[in-house]
Amino acid sequence: MEDDLNWAIGGEAGDGIDSTGKIFARALSRAGRHVFTSKDFASRIRGGYTAYKVRTSVDRVESVVDRLDVLIALTERTIDENLDELQEGSVVIYDGEQTTMADVEVPEGMIGLEVPLNSLAEEAGGAIMRNVVALGAASEVAGFPVEYLDEALVKRFGEKGEAIVANNREAARLGRDFVRKETDYSDEFSLETTDEDYVLLNGDEAIGMAAIAAGCRFYAGYPITPATDIMEYLTGRIEEFGGAVVQAEDELSAINMALGAARAGARAMTGTSGPGIDLMSETFGLVATSETPLVIANVMRSGPSTGMPTKQEQGDLNAMLYGGHGEIPRFVLAPTTIGECFDRTVEAFNLAEKYQIPVYLTADLALAVTEQTYSPERFDMESVEIDRGKVVDPDGVEEWLDEKGRFRAHAATEDGVSPRALPGTPDAAHMTTGLEHDELGRRTEEEDVRVEQVQKRQRKVETAREREDFDHREFGDPDADTLVISWGSNEGAMREALGMLEDRGIDVRFLSVPYIYPRPDLTDEVESAEDVIVVECNATGQFADLIEHDTLSRVQRVTKYTGVRFKADELANEIEAAIADERAPQEVKR
Amino acid sequence: MSSDTHFTDFKSDKQPTWCPGCGDFGTMNGMMKALAETGNDPDNTFVVAGIGCSGKIGTYMHSYALHGVHGRALPVGTGVKLANPNLEVMVAGGDGDGYSIGVGHFIHAVRRNIDITYVVMDNRIYGLTKGQASPTSRQGFETATSPDGTVEPPVNPQALALAAGGTFIAQSFSSDSQRHTELVKQAVEHDGFGFVNVFSPCVTFNDVDTYDYFRDAIVDLDETDHDPGNYQAARDKIMDPSTEHIGILYQNEDSVPYSDREGIDENMADIPEGAPERADRLVREFY
Ligand SMILES: Cc1ncc(C[n+]2csc(CCOP(=O)(O)OP(=O)(O)O)c2C)c(N)n1
Ligand code: SF4
Ligand SMILES: [Mg+2]
Repeated sequence: MEDDLNWAIGGEAGDGIDSTGKIFARALSRAGRHVFTSKDFASRIRGGYTAYKVRTSVDRVESVVDRLDVLIALTERTIDENLDELQEGSVVIYDGEQTTMADVEVPEGMIGLEVPLNSLAEEAGGAIMRNVVALGAASEVAGFPVEYLDEALVKRFGEKGEAIVANNREAARLGRDFVRKETDYSDEFSLETTDEDYVLLNGDEAIGMAAIAAGCRFYAGYPITPATDIMEYLTGRIEEFGGAVVQAEDELSAINMALGAARAGARAMTGTSGPGIDLMSETFGLVATSETPLVIANVMRSGPSTGMPTKQEQGDLNAMLYGGHGEIPRFVLAPTTIGECFDRTVEAFNLAEKYQIPVYLTADLALAVTEQTYSPERFDMESVEIDRGKVVDPDGVEEWLDEKGRFRAHAATEDGVSPRALPGTPDAAHMTTGLEHDELGRRTEEEDVRVEQVQKRQRKVETAREREDFDHREFGDPDADTLVISWGSNEGAMREALGMLEDRGIDVRFLSVPYIYPRPDLTDEVESAEDVIVVECNATGQFADLIEHDTLSRVQRVTKYTGVRFKADELANEIEAAIADERAPQEVKR
Repeated sequence: MSSDTHFTDFKSDKQPTWCPGCGDFGTMNGMMKALAETGNDPDNTFVVAGIGCSGKIGTYMHSYALHGVHGRALPVGTGVKLANPNLEVMVAGGDGDGYSIGVGHFIHAVRRNIDITYVVMDNRIYGLTKGQASPTSRQGFETATSPDGTVEPPVNPQALALAAGGTFIAQSFSSDSQRHTELVKQAVEHDGFGFVNVFSPCVTFNDVDTYDYFRDAIVDLDETDHDPGNYQAARDKIMDPSTEHIGILYQNEDSVPYSDREGIDENMADIPEGAPERADRLVREFY
């Protein structure tokens, strides 16, 4: 990408790094350039350091690279933090007048550009605008007309009044003029602009927007990085669509509130990250046995325990697949791009209601906090379809009453999905419980009813496998001997890596999988490849384990879940039958 | 909603398996009567039950109901009520459910002043798990897990509720059917969080807090000059745990429930009209 530019601003937490970076990203986006951002929250050296990075190009950008062309360093250590990424010809903008920056030495081969950010900001009306002065200077360095900053400045400061906006514009121009007139810097970059109109958003925002579009009216959550943005996005917006956000006292409460709202009939959602997932797993099984439609967003960060709260990881896959005691049917969706966060969120609400099941919607930190440009048509509201599944209207109740006129809320239907009567529906009052229950939702320990209910809940997953399109996406060379599989946010980087590998003479077939459970059957793809490589952000290769599990099919299963232990004679018979059974080994449960 | 609802309409055809004489029979009857007498019917009522002997109430009553996870009944009730304010929501559970594992939710539900009714069937024991000390067991109470008597003093639920900004705090006795029904009814009618702690004796595992004990010890606030609207007086009564009061200890007539403060008044069961298309303006916000 010729026109590619990697830009960053770094300083201490509290320096306004994030909002300044966002102004620049938005300005580029308004100029018809694609943008991909990333954030460094915490230091490699010590706490407090933060940076906002922008990669921009006229072509779509789907990942970050290890390179910085322009760096605004508000502190000396910003330079140290980025030494690996700065290179020959990189420009470092800093305020040499600051005592703390007085003896900054820009490494050999790089261009140090001293700009009196503070003084110029004061000239424009206040030192607080020094970051905007820096943006003006950086724009000049990047060969990007400073006028494009204006709209982004209005967006950021518009609420504070025209005078503030005008001062900020002035600050940006002073920064530009300084570089132009007072330094001997000569253009190295020139950023082309286009007539394209892009929107700029992160994964959490895409999830929040999709939830509203899908008719979600209730969200309960407890603040946690990096999932809080979903709750903050919804707050103030969901109300305009007749909904509510509740900040619960903890995640135990959040999931139960959302469960209550869903039982009342609302499309409901909760969201959290690892530590909250642990708490929510207490109620996860109840959601599934009571057959309540619920979407649970898990925005993953580094674990275990409090781990590294602002760092990337895809470590919760097993927790989502297996979390909760007993056997819990569930779906796990894992969008791979910010755009797909939108699609899968809409789908999560439909799947939850169609199959009356908990749906994990998982994004990783890299997706959640990264901003990226899209053409607005990417989020086509006309294409959002809403399927509420088997909700019965008052006329439909009778069909589902038993001989005593009681509503069969857990009727063991052929496809496993029962009728759903929302509270207030006449003559359909019924209970449900986390205890094993019969069709009426009442506690039972009868073996045949238990088995029937376990099977009907499991059958919903089978039905979904048949009816839904739990597919993957394919990139690269379809005939390559090397197969790479990944999930989550790795897709963008992997796609770009394909080109680099090709340059090295390595052809790769790449599959990106957004459905973790149920998931596509990749047996043929795996078996026809020579090298199979699974890429994921964790230490043990949790998704790799699944791929291996799926392609191994030797084991027959003798199971029992009546609530009674195996007896010796029974086991002897079962084993004998299993050996005699001509069937292929039981199909692997995907 | 029909005016001719009889309380037996709230009875399911499942026979209770509570021990004969268990206080929960009377507690439940009063709840059903209170619901019927306030003009509710099973189709517009949602009962959330905790886990414990008390939690079986969800099965013995007939209405929309969820019998959930131990200690989490109040958050469920909160979600139900906010999502559909037209429903009458009643949450019921034991003293262990509400004041031990669920005590965090209790304080926050009170503080939010959600417009629901919360009935705690307080037998001062863990009944279902066969007789361990509960948070309301008296200090020195001997159980299987405290053979030498418990060392912790009991919690004071009314004090917790008052400190959390409670707007309706009452106590009743399951065997005083009329008075109990009346108090639950007032809790249902209260605009906000109606909290009733019910002395609901466990005849099997608690031989101290018995019917005889309560009959002897109870002081009905109606027979005193107590004014439930007087915060100081309520506080004095509540902070005197030596007396077993029944009646309304405190009621704030100016109570404004959470949903009114948040402007929540619609049934959220429907997809908001034109939601997807209207969401188009959300996309434009990202320019
Ligand atoms: C998470 C969890 N821990 C423990 C239990 C076991 N358990 C069931 S009921 C109960 C206590 C019940 O006491 P209380 O709430 O006072 O109800 P009661 O039986 O006295 O009516 C316990 C500890 C459980 N069901 N779930
Ligand atoms: S054990 Fe106690 S609380 Fe439980 S049913 Fe028997 S009497 Fe009632
Ligand atoms: Mg108890």
